[in-house]
Amino acid sequence: MSTTAMITKGFYSTAYFIVLSLLFSASVYGQDASSIPTDEGIISQGRTLYNNNCAVCHAIERQLVGPALKNVHERQSVEWLKAFIINSQRVIQSGDQYAVNLYNQYNRTEMPAFDFSDDEVMSILAYIKDESAKEPVQAAASDTGDGSQAQAQTGTAISSGYITVILMALLIVLVLILIVLAVLISVLTKYIKQKTDLDEADEELVSQKVDFGKLVRSPGFVWFASFIFTAIVLKAVIDGLFSIGIQEGYAPAQPIAFSHKLHAGQYEIECQYCHTGVLKGKSANIPSANICMNCHSAIVKVGDSDQPSAEIQKIYDAIENNKPIEWIRVHNLPDLSYFNHAQHVAVGEIECQTCHGPIEEMEIVKQHSNLTMGWCIDCHRQTDVNSMGNAYYDKLVELHESKGKGPMKVADIGGLECAKCHY
Amino acid sequence: MLFYSMKNTEKQYWKGTEQLTNDPDFVKFNEGEFPEYLPVNSNSSSSSEKSGSSRRDFLKLMGFSLSAASLAACEAPVRKAIPYLHKPVDLDVGIPNYYASTYSNGGNYCSIVVKTRDGRPIKIEGNKLSKVSGGGTTAQVEASVLSLYDTQRLRGAQVEGKTADWAQVDDLVKQQLQSISAAGGKIAIVSKSILSPSTKEVLKQFAEVYSGTQVITYDPVSAYGIVKANQDVFGVKALPSYYFNKADVIVSFSCDFLGTWINPVKFSADFAKTRKLGPSKKQMSRLYQFEANLSLTGANADYRIPVRPSKEGILVVALYNELATSLGAPTLQVSKINDEALQGYVSAAAKDLLKSRGKSLVVSGSNDSDVQIVINAINYLLDSYGNTIDLGAEAYFRQGDDAEMETFISELNTGKIDAVIFYNCNPVYDHPMGAIIASGIEKAKLSVSTSECKDETASLVTLIAPDHNYLESWSDSMPVKGHFSMAQPAISPLFKTRQAQNSFLTWAGIEKEYYELIQEYWKENLFNTQNEISDFQFFWDKCLHDGIYEVDNTAVTEVNLTWNPTSIASSISAKYTTDNSATELVIYEKVGVGDGSQANNPWLQELPDPISKACWDNYVTVSQRWANENGLKMFESNTYKVRLKIGDTEMLVPALVQPGQAEGTIGLALGYGRTDAGKVGNGVGVSAYPFLKKQADQRVLFLTGGVSIEPTRESAKIAQTQTHHTFMNRGYVIQESVLGEYQKDPMAGRYTPYIETSPALAKKLGSESTKLPPGAISMWKGHEYPNHHWAMAIDLNSCTGCGACVVSCQAENNVPVVGRQEVLNRREMHWLRIDRYYSSASSASTLKELEVAAENPEVIFQPMLCQQCNNAPCETVCPVAATTHSTEGLNQMTYNRCIGTRYCANNCPYKVRRFNWFKYHDNEKFPDNSSMNSDLGKMVLNPDVTVRSRGVMEKCTFCVQRIQLGKLEARKDKRPVRDGEIKTACASACPTEAIVFGDIKDPESQVAQLLRFEDKGDYQQVKEERAYHVLEYLNVKPNVWYFTKIRNKAELNA
Repeated sequence: MSTTAMITKGFYSTAYFIVLSLLFSASVYGQDASSIPTDEGIISQGRTLYNNNCAVCHAIERQLVGPALKNVHERQSVEWLKAFIINSQRVIQSGDQYAVNLYNQYNRTEMPAFDFSDDEVMSILAYIKDESAKEPVQAAASDTGDGSQAQAQTGTAISSGYITVILMALLIVLVLILIVLAVLISVLTKYIKQKTDLDEADEELVSQKVDFGKLVRSPGFVWFASFIFTAIVLKAVIDGLFSIGIQEGYAPAQPIAFSHKLHAGQYEIECQYCHTGVLKGKSANIPSANICMNCHSAIVKVGDSDQPSAEIQKIYDAIENNKPIEWIRVHNLPDLSYFNHAQHVAVGEIECQTCHGPIEEMEIVKQHSNLTMGWCIDCHRQTDVNSMGNAYYDKLVELHESKGKGPMKVADIGGLECAKCHY
Repeated sequence: MLFYSMKNTEKQYWKGTEQLTNDPDFVKFNEGEFPEYLPVNSNSSSSSEKSGSSRRDFLKLMGFSLSAASLAACEAPVRKAIPYLHKPVDLDVGIPNYYASTYSNGGNYCSIVVKTRDGRPIKIEGNKLSKVSGGGTTAQVEASVLSLYDTQRLRGAQVEGKTADWAQVDDLVKQQLQSISAAGGKIAIVSKSILSPSTKEVLKQFAEVYSGTQVITYDPVSAYGIVKANQDVFGVKALPSYYFNKADVIVSFSCDFLGTWINPVKFSADFAKTRKLGPSKKQMSRLYQFEANLSLTGANADYRIPVRPSKEGILVVALYNELATSLGAPTLQVSKINDEALQGYVSAAAKDLLKSRGKSLVVSGSNDSDVQIVINAINYLLDSYGNTIDLGAEAYFRQGDDAEMETFISELNTGKIDAVIFYNCNPVYDHPMGAIIASGIEKAKLSVSTSECKDETASLVTLIAPDHNYLESWSDSMPVKGHFSMAQPAISPLFKTRQAQNSFLTWAGIEKEYYELIQEYWKENLFNTQNEISDFQFFWDKCLHDGIYEVDNTAVTEVNLTWNPTSIASSISAKYTTDNSATELVIYEKVGVGDGSQANNPWLQELPDPISKACWDNYVTVSQRWANENGLKMFESNTYKVRLKIGDTEMLVPALVQPGQAEGTIGLALGYGRTDAGKVGNGVGVSAYPFLKKQADQRVLFLTGGVSIEPTRESAKIAQTQTHHTFMNRGYVIQESVLGEYQKDPMAGRYTPYIETSPALAKKLGSESTKLPPGAISMWKGHEYPNHHWAMAIDLNSCTGCGACVVSCQAENNVPVVGRQEVLNRREMHWLRIDRYYSSASSASTLKELEVAAENPEVIFQPMLCQQCNNAPCETVCPVAATTHSTEGLNQMTYNRCIGTRYCANNCPYKVRRFNWFKYHDNEKFPDNSSMNSDLGKMVLNPDVTVRSRGVMEKCTFCVQRIQLGKLEARKDKRPVRDGEIKTACASACPTEAIVFGDIKDPESQVAQLLRFEDKGDYQQVKEERAYHVLEYLNVKPNVWYFTKIRNKAELNA
């Protein structure tokens, strides 16, 4: 509780600081910013440069590795920004107070130098300015979207809870009825016993004693009991057999404690930035060490520590010793089934999370789905084919629509056939 | 009721003599898909003990279940994912890369594209840009990728049989060479034909450093006779370029230009172009073949005339004389052919040749320069030069100089050679005087070999400096003047080997990499010949990308023939005779094993010979008449050995009765009898190299005397696949006709089955006639194909039977090699087989009749693979739905669902399903299956195709992995699939485009165009008259169509 409070407090104070500084800086540097071009072409050039170079560590709205860049042109002069972007270390070493503060504030993380021309820097600034002016509509929209989804989920959870409660209540009621009936029988029997003029049938009924031993030895009971026993054992064995090789929830410790929560969650690095093969082919690719080094040549330390991180050091060691990092494979699809990432991600445009779960929340990667054939088939039955604007599917869509059976599912175009995955 | 049309029923098609005579053994095997009595619990040859379950089996099973149960209780093994440290830019895991390169093994050449996966070459495809090889491949080229991963390859340099440092080897070689050169000694570099101009440059520079260096070139199968003849009469010391595509009439004397002669991949492609027929092309070429052994070319000939090789010279002169008489040229005086039938064929050939003067071609496979001079004279008379033969486009496939090699051998043996370097050659094995070379090597002060493996020659030399495999090397080639190609490494060297050219440069003390030298050579010699590209780097990159650089040279039409007819006539009279009665031995090269340099390649060893359908062995081919006279009856792989005496050599070799074998001749193949090839190739068969006879300067492929053959009672088995997987006496598998008939009626030779129904039913079905096609009434509901419908068209007229598709399929689909014993057990695994049928007028019940039928039968080849039936009988009987139908017309086989009942195979009318009787991978009992039994060999496996385990059925999938990939690429680009983008492995390997694959729902596709396909919903109509289904009357509706075979002859044998 206390940590959350601290974080919230910290957040508010930072926000307050940022807002304040923005207000001040706006008045100070506002005019200078007019030199930033607003031309569409330049902005789009800036977008490319920004995405290729800056987006790894910076976002417009949020703080990632580096500060959020919204309205950055209002914080310092364009000249200062240029100098900082091209070689931040020089600005810091020159003793510029703002730069030194910034450097310390962000865990003394060095921003790499960029070999940009003036025009290129201006185009990046133009892009940032353009983006800053936009209202954060999309983010808000997606936020509400997520929210409603979450609500819907809780809704179903409650209803299934209700069913359990109702069932439990029913069970209790039935048990109570049973007890009441038993009490009734015993009372009635006692009543009959008190009478003296009993006929033969009543006599038999009253003197009747339940012989449990006999009951247990009766063929009917033996048969029934052994049937139940065999059924339970069989069910257990079959369940056991079906679970062989299913590694749902498998989360082995990796040689490097790489956190997806940090990289994909907090810093919002695109999945494809590291998993380069995901749009191209069969394998998504575990990133090679040189991809790690794109950032970690600059990012050496974690948190407030002034020592290089031991985990990051492992990357350096691997490269130095020319020994590749031996990750433990989490998702092990059997050899007999063929799976292609490009088909699902590039063509089907399926989110990584659909199969891999909330990867951006995972400190250690865990196998989210069970990867059984039933799971594949279910999805192929339920998923609509992403045929919009893809001429490959034209013929199929036309044919499907002529039959008018609702949306075209993967299963409708042969997505359940054996030789789609097994050959 | 099903009625067979009465047409065509007289003619008998037979795969082997046992089928023609209805041998009881054949009938027994013919009835069932599987030979049940064969042992399955052991694959050793001595397993005659009783099979069936025993108490021990039960215990074994118990043990297995227990261990399986305990295994299941354990956690799954930890698997690792190890990424690169620095990922190469152009390499993505799981995505293939293609590199244009060149296959050249001595003078055997093919421009290729190498498919690599994760840095490993896994498949060879033909380079469609090349005009020299034409885009196809051969079985040997396809198989060469497995030789890269041969465990037999040397891991590094060796000195006197012990592993050594390269520095040590270099020091020793340099020291010796310097002292020899200083003392004026002789240095010999022995090599097979070198196609690479830059390698020749390297050797030239080497020779400049060490004076006294001589490069000696030989070819295991020499064409020196042709080169010498060209030099003698035209002054051109090279082979010419032959254009079979421009020839209307071809006459060939013992020349297997479709199988093994010089450049078969291109010759096949060109020849097939003249054999294609269609609505707009009703003419085709005619091929006469005079030969002793039934060769691939002979099998494809319209007229094949079996002759003894002793008559060959006389025959060639007879043809010359016929032409000369008509054209008023001087004739040659040699004895007449005292055989009317033979003379008749010669006259007929002459008549045809004259009719299409300028569009005719006469070739001979003889290595006798006198014969080749007469052939040149014939072609000169026929105006072939400048039309079907181009002397200007000199071909360098065979540069061997037999005379020079003989001189070298005698010098080596007398100690006159001080240093000998064997550059990627193995003359101890593949030269007739190998034994003399073997004893001569130690007389040289320095002996070096650059062979990749420790072969027969390398194991005798003191220093081995192993070369890279060709897939690890840089190189270039000039197979034909003006036509260049590039070879680039497709993988980093696997072992501590070094490119031989670099070795030569190092030894010569030239501080230069061979790669730089190639670039220099191309810059100086080729870059200037074009003016499209001004930047050399760009030029180089383009050539590297395309794999080829071709300068079209204008054909030389003006040639002058200078010869002395009288001396040639007397020389031929002295060497050839028309009345030899002695047994004649004819030595030949096989399409698979070839000259034996790839004998350790199990794919080639297990490739059934196109003609004999035998694998894993060398044997003497004898005629049916000889067999009858000597009491040899061959049935179902069982035969006897014969005692073969050639000169002083005597050996026991199994005999194989070969229909079409010329009377009085026997055949023996080269390429076998290796002793240091490796565990696959060692001891397979006997070597025929020592018997290549010297005739004048040349080594010829036949012996006309001194050969004796006598039968023994020692039984032998030959792993022959011809009677495996037969059609169980069902007819109309082959449909054929002759050109004349076809021109009159394109339906000629076609068999059209029909069903006879009641008029009421016919009316109901909307037909006037009561005779309906088999598909009209069906218990099948049919399938709907919404998007694609994959189909194949196989032209029996273009298929030469070369077997490139079989090996291509094996490489693409991880098809295991089962080894000789398992082939004998009828369990070969090839998904694609080529059925070879002989045909004769009638069946034979007596030996005499058999002799007549087998004397010179017609031959036809039919590639047989899963027909992907639309009404598939296999699908109906599978109890576990492991084989099902797809919405794209594929008959899918799901291995992990299969429980091995084998019902599907029993119910398959085409017998194209294969059962995994054993676990062929990781099983020491199958050492011949080298692609699945060592870590090195496994590198060749296609990662997109499952390696099947024991107990499951498998079959051709139409290369579904390629279909899936092609579709994915199209979807990624958001476009429909383009025709030609998806090709099955067999179709892409085929040099003659006999196999065409595609989507018949795409009206523009090549296959739909060929079939003239019209899609009418469930009822498909194929308008091409020649297209037929095998066993059409079964109404299984295959997706593979065959085009009738049309022979260009007066009438069929029937």
